[in-house]
Amino acid sequence: MSNYMKMRVRNLNLFYGDFQALMDINMNIMENKVTALIGPSGCGKSTYLRTLNRMNDLIDHVKINGQILLDGIDIYSDQCDLIDLRKSVGMVFQKPNPFPKTIYENIVYGPKIHGIKEKSRLDEIVEKSLRGAAIWDEVKDRLDKPALGLSGGQQQRICIARCLAVEPDVILMDEPTSALDPISTLKVENLMDELKKDYTIVVVTHNMQQAGRVSDYTSFFLNGEIIETDLTENIFSNPNDKRTEDYITGRFG
Amino acid sequence: MAVNTKVYIENWMRGKGKKKINIKEKMALTWIYLVAVLTILALLSIVGYVLLNGVKHINLDFFMQEPKSMGRKGGIFSIIVGTIYLTLVSIAIATPIGVASAIYLTEYAKENKLVKVIRFGTETLAGIPSIIFGLFGFVFFVIFLKLRWSILSGGLTLALMILPTLIRATEEAIKTVPQSYREGSFALGATKWQTIVKVVLPSSTSGILTGLILGIGRAVGETAAVMLTAGSSLGVPKSIFDPARTMSVHLYLLASEGLSKEKTFATASVLIIFVLCINFIANMIANKYIKNTKAIS
Repeated sequence: MSNYMKMRVRNLNLFYGDFQALMDINMNIMENKVTALIGPSGCGKSTYLRTLNRMNDLIDHVKINGQILLDGIDIYSDQCDLIDLRKSVGMVFQKPNPFPKTIYENIVYGPKIHGIKEKSRLDEIVEKSLRGAAIWDEVKDRLDKPALGLSGGQQQRICIARCLAVEPDVILMDEPTSALDPISTLKVENLMDELKKDYTIVVVTHNMQQAGRVSDYTSFFLNGEIIETDLTENIFSNPNDKRTEDYITGRFG
Repeated sequence: MAVNTKVYIENWMRGKGKKKINIKEKMALTWIYLVAVLTILALLSIVGYVLLNGVKHINLDFFMQEPKSMGRKGGIFSIIVGTIYLTLVSIAIATPIGVASAIYLTEYAKENKLVKVIRFGTETLAGIPSIIFGLFGFVFFVIFLKLRWSILSGGLTLALMILPTLIRATEEAIKTVPQSYREGSFALGATKWQTIVKVVLPSSTSGILTGLILGIGRAVGETAAVMLTAGSSLGVPKSIFDPARTMSVHLYLLASEGLSKEKTFATASVLIIFVLCINFIANMIANKYIKNTKAIS
């Protein structure tokens, strides 16, 4: 098991206009581990997740200072190309959002954008990605059918496959199972366990049991601050901070 | 609108099971049904009247022959060609401009003074009487640019008339594309332009087509502006620099000069069938595009 710090976040502050949504965030994201971000609604965990692939750039009036290093390069500096960043830091959203295209077209969307044209290459990528997202057997006979015709859980795995197709290093997941039924949730959780062998995963979750099941590290967010980050087992069995304990034992949130 | 009514009725049906229908609701529904029936009746009677009087005078010769003695005899071959030609030219000019403007307004422009001016401009443009467009086209394209009475002058003028509808329809279509599609695309490393071309526009195709159909409807139905800019020549136009006569213009001239009642109704019938066909084809294309966006449940 590696102990390589894939991403390092240093003194990160984020403002929406005058409102400070993230305060002095520091975090090390370990390679080939699942890091869970937990905390009550509106505590900034999704906002934080979206700083890691600069999705907040899309929103006006957002100001960010501090450093986020991916393999030692500051992703907010000129050294980092936004397209390359998003290629190496993929994202899976809360609500499955496959494009209104066929399953095949959904998967090849990313690779095509990044310049892969040969049909044989693309076919290969499609199979590999769908296998990687544990959905190949379910859809291999209907790749030419609309992705929106699948169930919610299948759609979410299609989105994961779509993300794998551009071969990222890090996968960000923003409450990936909150719109899914328990069985689909289980499938996605098992998948995360598989994926961490090859990828670094950061997952926002509302569900503390889920954090306990899937993650190696857990960060507890409250009002835009990280209260504590530790090995998941420590956070759940022996938290340092009173507030973490209160949240985990269900006293608020 | 049809969808809204359907949803309304479905909701009402659901409520019906609860045995708690109040009188007002019942009255409202009766009213809605009445209005719907009236609308359809109006449409059917207009179309029916024209077709009943016209269809019996339509035969193959009517389509294949050119008009003789100012339209009293013969067919409308050159006029059908002129209509299609002029319509195609006008949408060929209007579509790229209209779609590009809508993309700018929805995806790129920030809400500032310029955008407000553009919006106000397009809205005003939509409300200007067509004869004014005709006058402008006549003075500017026909005379000033020396394009003469031609399909090009007429096409440009009609394009100006179609633009507001097209821009508005495209804007609305683009706005209904869920933000999550854009985010999904950006998260894969797509640029804004790639996202617009590969995700946003394909998802708004049916809306854009709707705008185009409305535009074509306006172009095909327009009389005054076309007479002033494309002329009313009876010959078959051979290039975009030739003048042409459209079905509406022909219809107007036949009727106003009392040339032939039979040919008037026959032309009107062809015009109506023509418009219905365009609607039908456009709907088919739109459905083909929507297919992928709908879940099969």
